[in-house]
Amino acid sequence: MENRIDMKEKIAAMKPSAVWSEAGDGMFRVPATSFRSLAEKLRHEEGFDFLRSLTGMDWGEEGLGCVYHLENTSTGENVVLAAIDPDRENAGIPSVHDLWKGADFNEREAYDFFGIKFLGHPDLRRLFLRDDWKGHPLRKDYDSSLNPLNMENEETSNDAPSYEMTKDGSYILKRHPLFEDQEYVINIGPQHPATHGVLRFLVSLEGETIKKIDVHSGYIHRGIEKLCESLTYPQTLGFTDRLDYLGAMQNRHALCACIEKAMGLEVSERIQCIRTIMDELQRIDSHLLFVSCLCQDMGALTVFFFGFRDREKVLDILEQTTGGRLIQTYNTIGGVQADIHPEFVKKVKEFIKYMRPKLNEYHEVFTGNVIARQRLIGTGVLSREDAISFGATGGTGRASGWACDVRKRHPYAMYGKVDFKEIVLHNGDCFDRYMVRMLEIEQSLNIIEQLIDNIPEGEWQMKVKPVIKLPEGSWYTAVEGSRGEFGVYIESRGDKSPYRMKFRSTGLPLVSCIDTISRNAKIADLIAIGGTLDYVVPDIDR
Amino acid sequence: MMKRNVNIKSMKYEDFNDNEYIEQMLKELRDNGTNVVVGCLDDVIEWGRSNSLWPLTFATSCCGIEFMAIGAARHDFARFGFEVARSSPRQADFIMVAGTITHKMAPVLKRLYDQMADPKYVIATGGCAISGGPFKKSYHVVDGVDKIIPVDVYIPGCPPRPEAMLYGLMQLQRKVKAQRFLGGLNKGISEKEYERLMREDTNKAEDYSEYDESGLA
Repeated sequence: MENRIDMKEKIAAMKPSAVWSEAGDGMFRVPATSFRSLAEKLRHEEGFDFLRSLTGMDWGEEGLGCVYHLENTSTGENVVLAAIDPDRENAGIPSVHDLWKGADFNEREAYDFFGIKFLGHPDLRRLFLRDDWKGHPLRKDYDSSLNPLNMENEETSNDAPSYEMTKDGSYILKRHPLFEDQEYVINIGPQHPATHGVLRFLVSLEGETIKKIDVHSGYIHRGIEKLCESLTYPQTLGFTDRLDYLGAMQNRHALCACIEKAMGLEVSERIQCIRTIMDELQRIDSHLLFVSCLCQDMGALTVFFFGFRDREKVLDILEQTTGGRLIQTYNTIGGVQADIHPEFVKKVKEFIKYMRPKLNEYHEVFTGNVIARQRLIGTGVLSREDAISFGATGGTGRASGWACDVRKRHPYAMYGKVDFKEIVLHNGDCFDRYMVRMLEIEQSLNIIEQLIDNIPEGEWQMKVKPVIKLPEGSWYTAVEGSRGEFGVYIESRGDKSPYRMKFRSTGLPLVSCIDTISRNAKIADLIAIGGTLDYVVPDIDR
Repeated sequence: MMKRNVNIKSMKYEDFNDNEYIEQMLKELRDNGTNVVVGCLDDVIEWGRSNSLWPLTFATSCCGIEFMAIGAARHDFARFGFEVARSSPRQADFIMVAGTITHKMAPVLKRLYDQMADPKYVIATGGCAISGGPFKKSYHVVDGVDKIIPVDVYIPGCPPRPEAMLYGLMQLQRKVKAQRFLGGLNKGISEKEYERLMREDTNKAEDYSEYDESGLA
């Protein structure tokens, strides 16, 4: 996350009101009024086409605002901007949903959590909490007694509010209907086996053809980011495993790496090597589950049993070392919980030998199947531009021809030293999204194979002070999770607990693009599209 | 006729850790006494019910993956008669609350429970469903599903191992066996009462006169 020097000078020339603040990764602080023109210039003239992360912030006295992490996908340049509005009661920041499509849902999230009004956003409803929720929970002055458990069924409102600013600085609230009176709208979820958790879609149909999808999430929003603010750094680690439980290792790796970066702690080669192997085992586990669930949704129950049969073998290996099957809580700040089991190397080698021929079994049963191919090829096409604009990383982005692998873009741990291929396919349809993951299992096996014999000697836990305090500043670290870029943003005020901790969800961009790619598809294809996007709902809702 | 001790095929009575509660349940049944014919018929019905309990596929988070694991190859809950997982609450016998229940989800869960046909059971799986687990202090988490719906079996863990889940499911089987179906669970209710219960889960219980006969507004 280096801000290159020439970028610094460029931004200073573009916007003299932008103030460079050095602490941590560093960022440009811009007043809300002049943010929009700077964002436009960065998007259109400098080519910053990927909004990595958008974080709502409550800076107390300084006001409310947002932190934007931007990347130029062709040059790899990164820049961090912060837009601040000092008016706490009526904070308003110009929306950038038209510059980066991924900002749409992220701004709704920031509105939900902080009450920041995004001017010009066409649909500024709450994203996670109920419409009748009082207050905004992530603000520092939020009073939790305002919202006792409400057992009334929620009424779904059919209008989307938007805010515009008048010349004298007051807001106009406009309302637009989401669905017209004559539209045929059906409800899917939150309790539905094909939504992979508790997600709810309102689907407008014309015959069998999908016209529009409205996504409702938040049914598993646990408020993890707020909880983290009252816990010490080692205590926050436990939550990451429960975000995306199929990327438990990688999520925790990201948080540990972010804290280590802020502490200035360099971990030994052995730790990095163990973490890399564990991440890849987790990836295989996750992709196997992806195949199982996709096939189950599409009615191919045999593959479901194949997938779980092989997945149990990965879980056995993980369990032997970490003690956990699904949630391992293995990485710690400056190391790992315990050294690898004496039989770990042997077991992993056996598994690699077992797994390679088994992959053909999946291809024989499912990949070549006529029904599967008919349903997957050509449905739910996501273009490369849209993938970047939405920030749909991971297998979904790579199936659309976007080389978005964090392991290659910003190599971390041992990934810079191993030889593996980044799988990139170009059709962007359901079939490519499925194939990317199948081929990635092979690459993960390759990575593990290169490392397993050469785990360097050394310590598995560095010496760390019992009380961890981070210096003042803000940091962002990303790893390649099982289903995309998983990022952690920490803002510290020098205490032993974070001032703000934000997790870049891998799933939120994936559901935000579901409306775009399902339009004009058939309702039955929605199941295949949802299955191949491979989102995990607790990771979206956090 | 004496109510017989509960035994299930898969595990010996002595191997269960907590037999006191089942003995308590049996004692209550024995104190009331039963007619021989009804008692024998009851035994047959309970044998059938306890060996074909159908779960509702309901999962909100991590525990749901372990719930899938017990349905898959290695652990295979078909051995106990649980394999007919239903997606509709109308067809399910019990709901396994696998995962955190948040404020937004709580009315939905209550509604699902209300939609299930009697006799119905609830298993609270994992720390979150039992007490809120690691998210107990959160502003948006229900600390324990027993605050909303009655729970029959608790399975602790975060998430519980598949073996623990199977143990919990067997406890449910025993509980089903230690109940009286005829004259106990299958209380008849009037059609009017049934109508009222069916409408209870919508907010518009009072103004159903607005609806015409086709059920559309």
